[in-house]
Amino acid sequence: MAERGSGRLEARGLGKVFRMRNGLRITTVHAVREASFTVEAGRTVALVGESGSGKSTIARMLTKLERPTRGEVLIDGVPAAHHGRGLARYRRDVQMVFQDPFGSLNPFHTIRHHLERPVRIHHPHLGSAEVRARVAELLDRVQLSGSKRFAESRPHELSGGQRQRVAIARALAPGSRFIVADEPVSMLDVSIRLGVLNLLADLQREEGLGVLYITHDLATARHFSDEILVMLRGEIVERGDADAVILHPQHDYTKLLLEAAADPDRLGLLRDEVRAGAQTGPADAVG
Amino acid sequence: MSDSRDAVLSASGVSISYQTQNPVHAVRDVSLTLHRGELLGLAGESGCGKTTLAYGLNRLLKAPALMTSGEIVFHDRHDGDIDVVGLHGDSLRAFRWDKVSMVFQGSMNALNPVLTVRAQLHDVFTTHRPAMGRTERERRSRELLGMVGVDPDRISSFPHQLSGGMRQRVMIAMALALDPQVMIMDEPTTALDVVVQRGIIREIMGLRERLGFAVVFITHDLPLLIEISDRIAIMRDGRIVEYDDAENIYRRPQHEYTRELLASFPSLRGVRGDFIRSGTRRKGARNG
Repeated sequence: MAERGSGRLEARGLGKVFRMRNGLRITTVHAVREASFTVEAGRTVALVGESGSGKSTIARMLTKLERPTRGEVLIDGVPAAHHGRGLARYRRDVQMVFQDPFGSLNPFHTIRHHLERPVRIHHPHLGSAEVRARVAELLDRVQLSGSKRFAESRPHELSGGQRQRVAIARALAPGSRFIVADEPVSMLDVSIRLGVLNLLADLQREEGLGVLYITHDLATARHFSDEILVMLRGEIVERGDADAVILHPQHDYTKLLLEAAADPDRLGLLRDEVRAGAQTGPADAVG
Repeated sequence: MSDSRDAVLSASGVSISYQTQNPVHAVRDVSLTLHRGELLGLAGESGCGKTTLAYGLNRLLKAPALMTSGEIVFHDRHDGDIDVVGLHGDSLRAFRWDKVSMVFQGSMNALNPVLTVRAQLHDVFTTHRPAMGRTERERRSRELLGMVGVDPDRISSFPHQLSGGMRQRVMIAMALALDPQVMIMDEPTTALDVVVQRGIIREIMGLRERLGFAVVFITHDLPLLIEISDRIAIMRDGRIVEYDDAENIYRRPQHEYTRELLASFPSLRGVRGDFIRSGTRRKGARNG
């Protein structure tokens, strides 16, 4: 098994076609077309786009929850297995953090259970004491200090931010080198979002974790990633250095997304624009 | 100058609590003045009481929620002042939707799935304008759809046949139906994609310009509020901690919590790293 902080996760020509039956008619949806990109250890790649653009399908193909129709996923240059031990080994390296920390943790189980399970499954040779030590270390890594209390609590006793930290700890538990985070903060309260993103940034920086950060928020994509990929209807239409994509967008769709993003610096501009438009526009538009 | 315009809705000393075993004081001593045609932004995180306050302004509170103190006065364009708290029965029914309408949170899913858009729009008129004939109801319903940017022919559609953005526009059409003087919008665009969201916000701003209603716009998206609001109230733990012009909130925030909220949104185009980060970036990452 490769060391933490090394290697690369690669998508090569990934495509996914969903066939949907609608009565007798079968329609096909090209959710993802020809997606190729690389997430290197110690780097964050942001995948941005609107709902339905195929971001989550890419996440699910990378984490082997969905089998690609074409193309392949490679880890350290080797195609990832689809089943058996090879798949288990792949999952030890690549894990996912889901959007909803309220739905992704089982309310019946303690945090300890959530974290011990992946450790035991992926490292069956470890004894109880070692497993407990791993859990303590995981909680420490996601900055849930006073780890004893957290380990024995159940999801409903934790805040949204704390739950998402647990979800990150669980994703790290097998000893993962890559994390696919699908909208990891969009369900959280605004004042705690940066804390969770900073945690991912710390792990990326200090431990060399490779992160695929899936989001619709261009501002955090820019500040928390090295590279940005912009998706539109299943295709990556623009990619590049994070600052370059946001500050000097090339593709029309990226420009449209940026134009639509809220920007406090444009204070009052929309009102003035609408007001000017209302004066020049048809005065009797409303009966 | 917002103060020179006359007020349309004023609340003073409003407190609302949920009368459960351990009463929760969701709104504490809130005073607000909404001016005619003004867009007032109400910002705060989940649990701060913003939705409860909105329900209170519209008299939609249901037990165990109870308004324990305060006054809400609606200054009608035609009939003078209305004591909102004292309304009941028919007078309350006549007030709601007619004077103050509401676009609910997650209202994309608030439409009845088994009724057509037509049935749901007509329903507003059969309830509030019983004298209106069927032809007139249909004409007005179609006109409303056109105003919010939905093809009037979609009136025969069921909600599931419309996209999320279109459903939200139908909800706004419904809120506009009786030409209200105040529209309360509770997270009207949160679940929508940014491009759709921008289109709907532009629509709301345009309609406000033409029809002159005032808006209470509730969201946690402070950058958006700063961009579109005249004034902003920041809520936390049931209290309004800061209440000022959008520009002052943005450029000269007084309360620590306002600053904290502002700092939660990294600037899209500003200098990279000009907000609090727990560490520094690896060298060379930027040239990558």
